[in-house]
Amino acid sequence: MADTIMNSLKEMLNHLAAAVEQFLPRLLVMLMIIIVGWLIAILSKTIARRALALAKFDALSESAGTAQLLRNAALPAPRDLVASLTFWVVWIVFLLLGIDALGVVSLRDQISQVLLFLPQIFVAVLILFVGFLLANFLARAALLAAVNANLPFARLLAGSVRFLVVLLTVSMALEQIALAHRTVLIAFTILFGAVMLGLAIAFGIASQHLARQVLQKSFSPGEAEKEEEITHL
Amino acid sequence: MMKANPIAIEPGVPGPEPAELPDDFLRQLTAAGEVDILLFVPSLNNRDTIGHVMNALQLGLVKYFPRERTAVLNADGGSHDGTPQVVRDSIITDFRAFLAANPLRTMHRITAAYDNSKGSWGALELLLSAAELMRAKACAVVSPDLLSIAPEWVESLVRPIRRQEFDFVAPIYHRHKYEGLLIKNLVAPVFRAAYGFRIREPMGSEFAFSGQLASRLLESGGWQQRCCEVGPALGVMAAAIANDYRTCQSFLGPRIYQSRRQEPDLVQVFQDSVGALFQGLEADHACWANRDGSSQVPTFGFEYSVALQPVRVSRKRLLQGFRLGVEELGAILEAILAPDTWRAVQDLGKLSDGGFHFPDELWVRVVYEFAASYHRSVLARDHLLQALLPLYRGKVFSFVMETERATTAEVENRLEELCLACERLKPYLVERWSQEK
Repeated sequence: MADTIMNSLKEMLNHLAAAVEQFLPRLLVMLMIIIVGWLIAILSKTIARRALALAKFDALSESAGTAQLLRNAALPAPRDLVASLTFWVVWIVFLLLGIDALGVVSLRDQISQVLLFLPQIFVAVLILFVGFLLANFLARAALLAAVNANLPFARLLAGSVRFLVVLLTVSMALEQIALAHRTVLIAFTILFGAVMLGLAIAFGIASQHLARQVLQKSFSPGEAEKEEEITHL
Repeated sequence: MMKANPIAIEPGVPGPEPAELPDDFLRQLTAAGEVDILLFVPSLNNRDTIGHVMNALQLGLVKYFPRERTAVLNADGGSHDGTPQVVRDSIITDFRAFLAANPLRTMHRITAAYDNSKGSWGALELLLSAAELMRAKACAVVSPDLLSIAPEWVESLVRPIRRQEFDFVAPIYHRHKYEGLLIKNLVAPVFRAAYGFRIREPMGSEFAFSGQLASRLLESGGWQQRCCEVGPALGVMAAAIANDYRTCQSFLGPRIYQSRRQEPDLVQVFQDSVGALFQGLEADHACWANRDGSSQVPTFGFEYSVALQPVRVSRKRLLQGFRLGVEELGAILEAILAPDTWRAVQDLGKLSDGGFHFPDELWVRVVYEFAASYHRSVLARDHLLQALLPLYRGKVFSFVMETERATTAEVENRLEELCLACERLKPYLVERWSQEK
């Protein structure tokens, strides 16, 4: 009896030793991959920062209004943000590869799913970035056009343009990562329709006088000319 | 270290491929042969006025240059209203009805079509090619929409080149004090301070240049791109000044033109003109950065005065535009203007209607800071120019208030003060310009 227990114990210890013997090199490989990955991530971050500096990315972001947006949200400068993003993407990829090197079968599928999901996340982030740039650009264009046309509520108009473009961008990004896409699509349709209807009603009620002026100006320019006769050129 | 002048006219530098001239146009040029004076009228749907312009030009040539070989060239950009037909019908065969004399030499009239997709450069390119082939000694450009043109305009534009050997003639118009406010309050003062020449109409539609300058311009590469960007008048003038060609100006009289049914709005006019000025400053930086003060430009012609139609000004609208801009565009203006300037502009927004005054120094600082920001591309350039418009409205309101009862001489003095402020603050422009992007 005692021999049987001892043998079983011995066998178990042998199995454990064999498993540890098998696992230790994998652990070491994982640690190596993570450390090398960390170094590569730091290198990528530095390269990304330099490349963006050469491409005058800060000036571009400043002129597009993204830098201002990030400052308002207490986020780092656009160049730092993109460099940090590069660091984390690269390091996460190496982390996942390292975990995969452990050879845990149950984790392998999950990791490959995460790895397959990464490009989609990247595209979604890109959509968000371009969308925010476009939203700022269009909002500023609307604001300037409204101010130069002496329209009241210029900022409200610009804000509405920004809101609509951001709304469209966020729903596209969520659609990209397939996150509850039916819900997102339905919510977007309802929200977009409601906003447009609201704007149409508000515009119709609030700007009857303006619409009349615009139509009068279009169809009888002589009337409008009487208001202002100075020439600028 | 001096930078190379980007618009230096270097004969060795090949330009873009010259436009292929149509056979019919070449035939007409060959038939006309060499000429001394070539007058140019580009047209696009100007049926109502072009006949009058063509007649005035022909009469001007016969009356003032009867012994010279002359030609009038009309280039049409694709009119739909029968403009080319009006041009063809506007031949004067017997000048005795007008002048009691006939030309001593044959006057040629050439018609051609230009590629309107290239903008005004397409027309000017045609003129330069014709001038080169016909070995013209003087060329003048005249707008097709003029109502006030007289034969004397030909003499005023061409004589300084033919008799005094100048290379570029800019126009001077007799204007109402509230006409050409953008030129008076922004373009001319900044141009004068930057380039160092007291030219009153840097963007005048009528101008003349020598055949020598035309040939050099045609050979030069970078300059053609410039003309596309800043327009022919400013482009040719800047090239003449930057390359030390002899420049003068000539008084033409009042400039009355037929208004188009769809006039471009102020935003478009402002964007085009101020954009061209800033673009020119950027391209000519090496030429203007080291110039101090300004010198008088020889001026020809008798500056007479006529009563002009009174001009109605909607002051309320101007001030409202300024205040709305300051109120709503804070975030944009803050990114363009220096903190002190922005504070001063905000203070202006709080002034009462009657007490409103936009000081010259502040206006000049605003314009220079916008020019430097344009150079550094702080914002999309169109947006930047649009952000300046409300402030310009404030300056115009202030100018109108100050000169309400002023005589022409007093208005001139007032504008001279603004020009001097621009010259005084030029080091500030140079400093802001050279700040890192």
